[in-house]
Amino acid sequence: MKFGVVIFPGSNCDYDTYWVLKEVFNQETVFLWHKDHSLQGIDCVVLPGGFSYGDYLRSGAIARFSPLMQEVREFAARGGLVLGICNGFQVLLELGLLPGAMLRNKNLKFLCQFVHLKISNARTPFTNQGREGQVLRIPIAHYDGNFYAPPETMEEIKKNNQIVLQYSTPAGNVTPEANVNGSLENIAGLINKQGNVLGMMPHPERASEAVLGSEDGQIIFQSIISWLS
Amino acid sequence: MIDKKILEEHNLTEEEYQRIVELIGREPNLTELGIFSLMWSEHCSYKSSKIHLKKLPTTGPHVIQGPGENAGVVDLGDDLAAVFKIESHNHPSFIEPYQGAATGVGGILRDIFTMGARPIALLDSLRFGPLDQAGNRVIMEGVVSGISGYGNSIGVPTVGGEVYFHPCYSLNPLVNVFCLGLTHRDKIFYARAGQPGNPVLYVGAKTGRDGIHGATMASAEFDENLEKKRPNVQVGDPFKEKLLLEACLEAMEKGLIIGIQDMGAAGLTCSTTEMAAKSGTGIEINLDLVPQREEGMTPYEIMLSESQERMLLVTTEEQVHQVQAIFAKWDLDAVVIGRVIEGGHLKVWFKGELVVDVPVEAVVNLCPVYQRPWQEPKERRTQILTGLPSLPADLNQVFRQVLASPTIADKEWVFRQYDHMVQINTVFLPGADAAVLRIKGTPRAIAITLDGNSSYCYFNPREGGKIAVAEACRNLACVGARPLGVTNCLNFGNPEKPEIMWEFKEVVEGMAEACRSFDLPITGGNVSFYNETEGKPIYPTPVVGVVGLINDLQKAIHPGFKNQGDLIYLLGPLSEDLGASLYLREILGEEKGPTPTLDLETEKKIQEFCLEAIDKGLLHSAHDVSEGGMAVSLAESCFHSHQLLGVKIFLPPDHRPDIFLFNEGQSRLIVSLSPEKEAAFLRLGEAKQVPLIRLGEVAGHEIKIIQEDKTLIHLPVKEAYQLWKTALSDFFKIKT
Repeated sequence: MKFGVVIFPGSNCDYDTYWVLKEVFNQETVFLWHKDHSLQGIDCVVLPGGFSYGDYLRSGAIARFSPLMQEVREFAARGGLVLGICNGFQVLLELGLLPGAMLRNKNLKFLCQFVHLKISNARTPFTNQGREGQVLRIPIAHYDGNFYAPPETMEEIKKNNQIVLQYSTPAGNVTPEANVNGSLENIAGLINKQGNVLGMMPHPERASEAVLGSEDGQIIFQSIISWLS
Repeated sequence: MIDKKILEEHNLTEEEYQRIVELIGREPNLTELGIFSLMWSEHCSYKSSKIHLKKLPTTGPHVIQGPGENAGVVDLGDDLAAVFKIESHNHPSFIEPYQGAATGVGGILRDIFTMGARPIALLDSLRFGPLDQAGNRVIMEGVVSGISGYGNSIGVPTVGGEVYFHPCYSLNPLVNVFCLGLTHRDKIFYARAGQPGNPVLYVGAKTGRDGIHGATMASAEFDENLEKKRPNVQVGDPFKEKLLLEACLEAMEKGLIIGIQDMGAAGLTCSTTEMAAKSGTGIEINLDLVPQREEGMTPYEIMLSESQERMLLVTTEEQVHQVQAIFAKWDLDAVVIGRVIEGGHLKVWFKGELVVDVPVEAVVNLCPVYQRPWQEPKERRTQILTGLPSLPADLNQVFRQVLASPTIADKEWVFRQYDHMVQINTVFLPGADAAVLRIKGTPRAIAITLDGNSSYCYFNPREGGKIAVAEACRNLACVGARPLGVTNCLNFGNPEKPEIMWEFKEVVEGMAEACRSFDLPITGGNVSFYNETEGKPIYPTPVVGVVGLINDLQKAIHPGFKNQGDLIYLLGPLSEDLGASLYLREILGEEKGPTPTLDLETEKKIQEFCLEAIDKGLLHSAHDVSEGGMAVSLAESCFHSHQLLGVKIFLPPDHRPDIFLFNEGQSRLIVSLSPEKEAAFLRLGEAKQVPLIRLGEVAGHEIKIIQEDKTLIHLPVKEAYQLWKTALSDFFKIKT
């Protein structure tokens, strides 16, 4: 099984994601340059966190025009697994592979902190090693993570069980107090209708080694590996 | 044509001008004068500080590169090296807080990756005036956003630092930014021009009119015409810098670079002349080839611009195309603008005309060095506490007030705006005594701390300088790290005033004494003078950044208490030193000395003991006693515990409780250990001859401090935590 981590100009979690896949999970992993046109035969593509193109327009708005995104789009259409983390999630929204958009955090500040996440859907390629209701402790680090979608889209999202991760209390209650950035339905992770493209604002690669204070992020990578095996 | 007014505008004296004329053998033209004015500014030349800085030790067993390059380098073992430095961006941050702070981060990052190291950590030391004044809140909010905006985007974690509040910073905030990078010992790059004939490349952002005279601005006081200086502040583009960082490191990795220098303060002027001077060559450039953002720029403007995110690099003729291909991959300009030449001159061409022709040696190394007069301000000695203020009736209330002092309060409001985790090396979150970063693929970790207390330096600059170094090392000892090297940022008022020069001299000598005692080199740093507005100087504020190594990360410890029933000890001497303390100043309302004294021998013993106790696995936590004294140190260890553990502390009967709890006597730590380890702990204490005083134990979820049969302080940890946690953020709440 082979993973590919895309490098956009301004990506800054590319090496972190690569490190975790390669060194923690011993998976074959390659970097994919955004100007290329080949996915090099990978089984899962990860769009990492960062500030692609400086996020000077809207987060992810320029990265969607990178040449490689054509291949990513086709790969997703064929059912390939696509994981977007943080800025990667924002790029997936701009690409239209996921519904909705990101607004600025409700307190209008960048937020870097550990948060608690409830797994709301464990029947996905990205969460199958967890169980529904399980709480994960994983950090976030973003300015624009306040998920929004119009009411009819939200209806669809709920109907299709597309909400995968929600900001919660340590006990797993999805409350307004636990909603760190103001997202609708406390959405932290969202999957497409077909179930092969996940966007998540929290950084599982920052919580995959005990020395960093949490290994809860491993569940995401373990789920992908087990799905692909 | 050069008259008095022009000299004044360039911050040059008549004597300095005469020296320029002598050195170049004629009158300079305006561009040449501009070049000299920048390179001879205090900021670039260190003309007032040089003779004192020579007193600092700069060599040691771990030093690979001392002062004189873009940053210092120390050996981390296993072929790895840490490249680090601290710099001030005080003046720009006062004029335009967001961009001032942001470009401060950008500048220090370039200093680090110019040397071939990938930056892995940023820390900042920030000083502001009291937050009940709206103006100070605006400055602080802007500075924090600026650091956050730049550091987060480029993907270098801001892992720690300090924030202090004092009225002396109201019109003169301090923004000192530290960066550390990691590289291999044999992959360090320097500002060298190499052989004549080598092509000189300009890479990165285009040149605009921003930041002209930034370095000169940083070398003068401010007056009421502040608003006019706003255009002197540059605008940062972290995205561009991220591309520049990746492109430079890639070109270095491929061995394509002979020498490289960033264009920070003094831009093209500084990078060309310094590279040539270091190689004993000259350099020739054609300004028509310099990528420009604006039309109609004059040679003066191009040479003096401080536009950000630019670098000058030297390669060989054969490798030019390879270098250009790498920069093109990252969508950056890389233009050959000139060559290294023989003869030691900087020659600048513009529209076919030779507009500058000056010897680089004169520009870089022959600036006059001043032995400025100093004079101790005698009145300072009389500002000492005579007779103790009466004991406050309600110590519980005092304790609450101390915890809510912005200097003591939790800095989470600041830190959570910084990405402190990117690059996944951050082992301790901000707030510990030192930032701890693992070194991937090794059992080791780097520990970093910034420290400096300006009240101590105001009442006794020599002692304050000593304490800054000692306390930073103590912070490292608390996590189990041994110091390798120091970088310092010296923030002072106008050096032309004898009392300021005295403060400077005393602080430097105090630091030198402490460094020698710890056998610890200073590998570089920065001096920021003229921190005065409307004639009011800041307190002398040296900020010390110390880098240390933890050999076995498994053994590192955190300031938080671990288990109920653990014993709590004070490690170090008892003290009655109330002078210059936060308690005396903020609670009792008396801003008076004397500064606590520091005995270097005791200090070394305490630190050695702490390191050995950690190495032997005897301790569960260790935390420095500093601002706010023992009471704050105990409370913070409660707050940093996972379950908000409490303490039960018994004060010895014959001490005045407030002095005991809140004094800031030096060389002290609060440690906790399991009862089974007590015997071994005491044996080690005896062998090392360090005073160990048992204070009580970790117990329940309340902070309980008892003297004889009286409970002096009694507060649920949760309540104390709330006070401490919200005191700072409350100032910035959006009121609806």
